[in-house]
Amino acid sequence: MKKLLIILPAYNEAKVIGSVLKSLASFAPKLAVSTKLVVIDDGSKDDTATIAQKNHAIVISHVVNRGYGASMQTGIEYAKRTQADYVITFDSDGQHFPEDLQAILSVLAKNQADIVVGSRFLQTNPIPTLRRVILIASNLITFIFFGVWVTDSQSGFRGFNANAINKLRLTGDRMEASSEFFAEIKRHKLKYKEVPIRVRYTAYSLSKGQKNTDSFSVLLKLIYKLFQ
Amino acid sequence: MFFLPVQIIFFIFIIFAVSRAILRFKDGKIHLGALLFWLFIWSCATLAISFPNKTSDIAKLLGIGRGADVVIYASLAVLFYLVFRLHVLIENFETKLSQIIREVALKNLK
Repeated sequence: MKKLLIILPAYNEAKVIGSVLKSLASFAPKLAVSTKLVVIDDGSKDDTATIAQKNHAIVISHVVNRGYGASMQTGIEYAKRTQADYVITFDSDGQHFPEDLQAILSVLAKNQADIVVGSRFLQTNPIPTLRRVILIASNLITFIFFGVWVTDSQSGFRGFNANAINKLRLTGDRMEASSEFFAEIKRHKLKYKEVPIRVRYTAYSLSKGQKNTDSFSVLLKLIYKLFQ
Repeated sequence: MFFLPVQIIFFIFIIFAVSRAILRFKDGKIHLGALLFWLFIWSCATLAISFPNKTSDIAKLLGIGRGADVVIYASLAVLFYLVFRLHVLIENFETKLSQIIREVALKNLK
């Protein structure tokens, strides 16, 4: 049976990580693969790691906070070392629906793409207006910098097959890693596809998500990357 | 040759700066390329302070009003470039730091 790792980067998510893991654990048996939940505890100051362990997740802990990109890289490195067939990244703040895993996995299993991006914009979703504007601007920046057009460049809901897992080389530690994925797609000529996903925003997840003011520092880091 | 008090103060500062660069090179804290770079910068500064009228000649050549303006524009360009290089260096350190933290995290798992 193929091995799927569901990677959840988490920073101070003690309030919701338990329920997110429970919902994933109850849905996972419906996927026709052997599934493991992997929480990347990015230097959390609360009980994120303990709660994740109690919910039977594999927990990999950074001693200090390094950022979303660094957490993704740790998850992907773990996938490489354990020879996972598929990786799907999933937000740990309760924004994503486990049911959407099936759509992503289906594309990977049929070998229709190396990377599948779950897009919030391919169906109607309740995205706050300012967040929507920034996400569209991010898509434009991704296109200008990396020549790849996607409808949701900042989506944390992505699937990868073994080919993508082995080829991805990410260097951005923080939120610029979201856009960096697309540079890697272009560099390695990976096949990518988007599928529609649903999202739910709560006051909690909005406060935890990418701050609108982070966008400027992300842009600066992407400019530096061009010069590296 | 007669030097103004301000020129003497600058010369003293330059001697101090050059001595720091040489000492850091001897300690192994900076490499030869960096030492040569700073010696070049301080040599240019020494020449500019010793022969301030020459900066006016350079200014005329470039179409800039005053010699002092040439020095300021050149200094700003060098400073911006150095700041940019420092940012890139810091980003590289951040990446390496994350690599170390990752290895520790994965080792602790096993």
